[in-house]
Amino acid sequence: MSLLRVENVTKRFGSLVAVGGVSLVVEPGELRAVIGPNGAGKTTFFNLISGFLTPSSGRIIFDGEDVTDVLPARRVWRGMARTFQITEVFPELSTYENVQIAVEVAAGYRLRMHLSQAEKTKVRQRTEELLEMSGLSHKSTRLVGEMSHGDQRAIEIMMALALNPRLLLLDEPTAGMGDQETHDITQLIRRLHRDQKLAMVLIEHDMRVVLHLAERIMVLAEGLMLAEGTPHEVTSNEAVQAAYLGTAAA
Amino acid sequence: MTRLSTTDDAQKLSGGATSWTSDTRLQKNIAQALLWLLLLTLPFWFTAIGGYTALGTRVLVMALAAMSVNFLLGYTGVLSFGHAAYFGLGAYGVGLIIKYIIPSTLLGMAVGVLTALIAGAIIGLLIVHLRGIYFAMVTIAFGQVFYFIAYRWNNVTGGDDGLSGWSRLPIDFGFTQLDILHKERAFYYFVLFFFMISAAIMAAILRSPFGRTLIAIRENERRARFLGIPVDRHIWISWVISCGFCGLAGALSGLLNNFASPHDLRWDQSGVFVIMAVLGGMRAFWGPLVGATIYVVLQDILSSHTQNWMSFIGLFFVLTVLFCPRGILGLFRRKSKS
Repeated sequence: MSLLRVENVTKRFGSLVAVGGVSLVVEPGELRAVIGPNGAGKTTFFNLISGFLTPSSGRIIFDGEDVTDVLPARRVWRGMARTFQITEVFPELSTYENVQIAVEVAAGYRLRMHLSQAEKTKVRQRTEELLEMSGLSHKSTRLVGEMSHGDQRAIEIMMALALNPRLLLLDEPTAGMGDQETHDITQLIRRLHRDQKLAMVLIEHDMRVVLHLAERIMVLAEGLMLAEGTPHEVTSNEAVQAAYLGTAAA
Repeated sequence: MTRLSTTDDAQKLSGGATSWTSDTRLQKNIAQALLWLLLLTLPFWFTAIGGYTALGTRVLVMALAAMSVNFLLGYTGVLSFGHAAYFGLGAYGVGLIIKYIIPSTLLGMAVGVLTALIAGAIIGLLIVHLRGIYFAMVTIAFGQVFYFIAYRWNNVTGGDDGLSGWSRLPIDFGFTQLDILHKERAFYYFVLFFFMISAAIMAAILRSPFGRTLIAIRENERRARFLGIPVDRHIWISWVISCGFCGLAGALSGLLNNFASPHDLRWDQSGVFVIMAVLGGMRAFWGPLVGATIYVVLQDILSSHTQNWMSFIGLFFVLTVLFCPRGILGLFRRKSKS
C-alpha cells in the first residue's frame, strides 16, 4: 500500500490557481523530490499535504486513510511531520529543549504535569540520541535563536524526526544556505533516508541538490505538473528544460 | 519573538542536567532561599522600614494575581486584559457566601475559586481560537460583563457601593483556632501559605512537559502545531489554570479588605495586573512579585501625598519599559553560554 496518495488536488486563491490537479504517490521508504521555479506552487502543494491549507478539490490519502480535511496536529499523530521553508524553531529555548519538547510530545506526555524518573530518563536518552545524530550535542545548551541558519535547520529536522514520522516533508531544506551548510544538510538527509528507511518528500528549487538525492522527481510549474520520473528522465524532458532549466540558465 | 535571551528560564525549565551549570544553580537557589526568608519574616521587619503588615499582605495578593496573568502572558504568550473578572469573581464569591450563606472563610474561598474556574472554563471555550489583539479585546469585553452585573445588581452585590457588611472569620481547626480577623500577622501568614502553594504549583507545571508545550506555543505557534500539539486546547487549559489562581487572589483580596468592590472587576484593574507583570519582568517567574511590590508600595506612599499617584506610577512604568523592556528582573538575565 502506498504511504501517501495525493489525488488530483487543486487549490484556488480567488481566481488564482496555485495548484491545479496535481497527483503524487509516495511509497514507504521512498525519497521523492518536488522541484520547480519560484512561484510554481511547491509550498502550497506541501501545505495541502500537511494540512496547513485545505484543497479546493481533490483527495489526500495517508496510510490508507483520507486525511483531506484532517487537522495538522492529527496528521502529525498519524505519522506525518514537516519542516518549513523559513525555519520554525523555538528561538529562546536551548537546542536541548527544542528537541526535548518534540520528544515529550511524541512520547504522549504533552498533557503530563509530572514525569517519573524512568520517563525522564527515557526522554533524556531519546533527546541525546537525536542530538547525537544531528551532530549538535556540543551545542545543546546554546539558545537556538543565536545559532547559524544551518544549525537551526538541522534542529528543525531533528524535531520533526523526534515525532517518529513515517513520512517527512522537507520544504526547501537548503534554502538560503552556503555551500558547506547545504552539503551538511544534504548529507544528513541522505543518512536519515539510508539508515532509517524513512520516506521523505522534499521541495527544492535548486535542482543540483536533488539530482543526487532523490529517486524520483516531480516537476511543478505554474501550479501544474510538468513532468515526473527519475532524475535522468526529468532532466532530459524538453518541457522541463524549457520551463525550468531554461529560466535558470537565462 | 526577539532574540534577546533569557537563558534564565530556559535553564530553569529544561529539567535536564545538560543546561545547568553548578554556579548558576547555586545562585538561583540562594536567591530563592533569600526570597522566601524575606517573605517569611516580613511582618517582623516591614514595620521598621515604614510599612505595615496589611500592606505586605496586599503585595502578596496582587502578586498572586499578576503571576496568574503572567502564566498566560509570559509563559503561554497570550495577553489577557480581562483577568479582573476572575479576580472579582473570587472576591464576590467569598463575600456573598460569608454574607448570605455560611459564615465560613475557607468555604467562601472555595466557592470564589470555583466560580472563577467555571467562568474561565466557559469563556475560555469561546475565545481560545483568537490571537493577539483580538484575544485581548474579547477578554476585556467578557470582563466588563461581570463588572456591569456587579454594578447593576444592587440588592445582591451592593451595586456601586460594593459588597460590605461581612468579614473574614477565624479558621477553626477543632483543636485550635487561627484568628485571622483580629491578628494581622496571622492573616499575613494565611495569605502567604496560599501564595506559596500557588507559586509552587505554577512553577511545577511550567517545569513539566505540559508547561513546556505552553512555552513552545509562546515561542512559535506554528512549530508547536506541527509537532502535533493541539494548540487551542493547551491554551484553554493554561487559561483555566490562570483564571483559578486569579480567582484565589481575588478571594484573598476580598478577605483582606472585608469588602468586594465592582472596581475589582473592571478592565483597568486587569490593566494593573498586566502592568505589574511587565514592570517586574514577564519572562522571569518572580517578575510579577517584584512588579506588584513596586506598584503596591509606590501606590501606598504616593497616594498619601497626592491624588495623582497614578501619573507617577505611569511615568515609572514608561521609563521601565523604555530602558529595560524585559522588566526589572530582565536586568539580571544571563547570556547564552557557548
